[in-house]
Amino acid sequence: MTETTVRKRPKHLALWQIKFPFPAIVSIVHRVTGAGLFLLLPFLICLLGKSLHSQESFQEFKEILSFEIISLPLVKLVLLGLLWAYLHHFCAGIRYLFLDIDKGLDLPCARKSAGAVVVVSVALTVIIGGLLW
Amino acid sequence: MVKRFTVGAHYGLKDWLVQRVTAIYMLLFTLFFVVALLFCLPEFTYKAWSGMFSSPCVRFFAFLFIISLCYHAWIGMRDIWMDYIKPAGLRLALHLIVLFLLIGYAGWAVQILWRLPA
Repeated sequence: MTETTVRKRPKHLALWQIKFPFPAIVSIVHRVTGAGLFLLLPFLICLLGKSLHSQESFQEFKEILSFEIISLPLVKLVLLGLLWAYLHHFCAGIRYLFLDIDKGLDLPCARKSAGAVVVVSVALTVIIGGLLW
Repeated sequence: MVKRFTVGAHYGLKDWLVQRVTAIYMLLFTLFFVVALLFCLPEFTYKAWSGMFSSPCVRFFAFLFIISLCYHAWIGMRDIWMDYIKPAGLRLALHLIVLFLLIGYAGWAVQILWRLPA
């Protein structure tokens, strides 16, 4: 009697075979980009302040943007990363708003929209980043 | 016998809604701001850039953006700590750090906007 109710433990999960489904990866990246944007918020506010405070600080702002280490434009690359993070968070967020109102809930559709989030956010990063660079 | 149902404090539902409302506001603001940048900022100079932010209209909507961003970030970061941080004391400390940081950031960003001559 008791034996039938006892669950078989431990469960052996084949960890090397289990993979995150694609929409789950988009979902966790949404969370990671959100956290990243939060962490670098002071950096962005600081740049905004420099760009708006005065003519002199505007020049400083431009110098910060062109800051380079071993001929790598470090600040610009960080900003490009943040632009991608913002755009991914933005596109994935729009997708969640549609899922909230029960649009695109079936699996093929959810997979396609997750793919669209990745493609659109990367494409927009290249376009906007290219324009601003 | 009184039937009791276990219900939460409902703040989850309110925050869920706030998360979406602030998201939609920031979405619209971003789109308008990008369009404004494309059409109203022919060249990136201090005069043109600060001129854009000195308009009361831009300031009004940018202020709402800052508040939305901080509220949105608070709910998001709170959810992250709630999901991954088990010890209650540490979680409370992290919640408070995020809360104080965001209130400070909001004040900092607002004074950047308000300091500009109108």
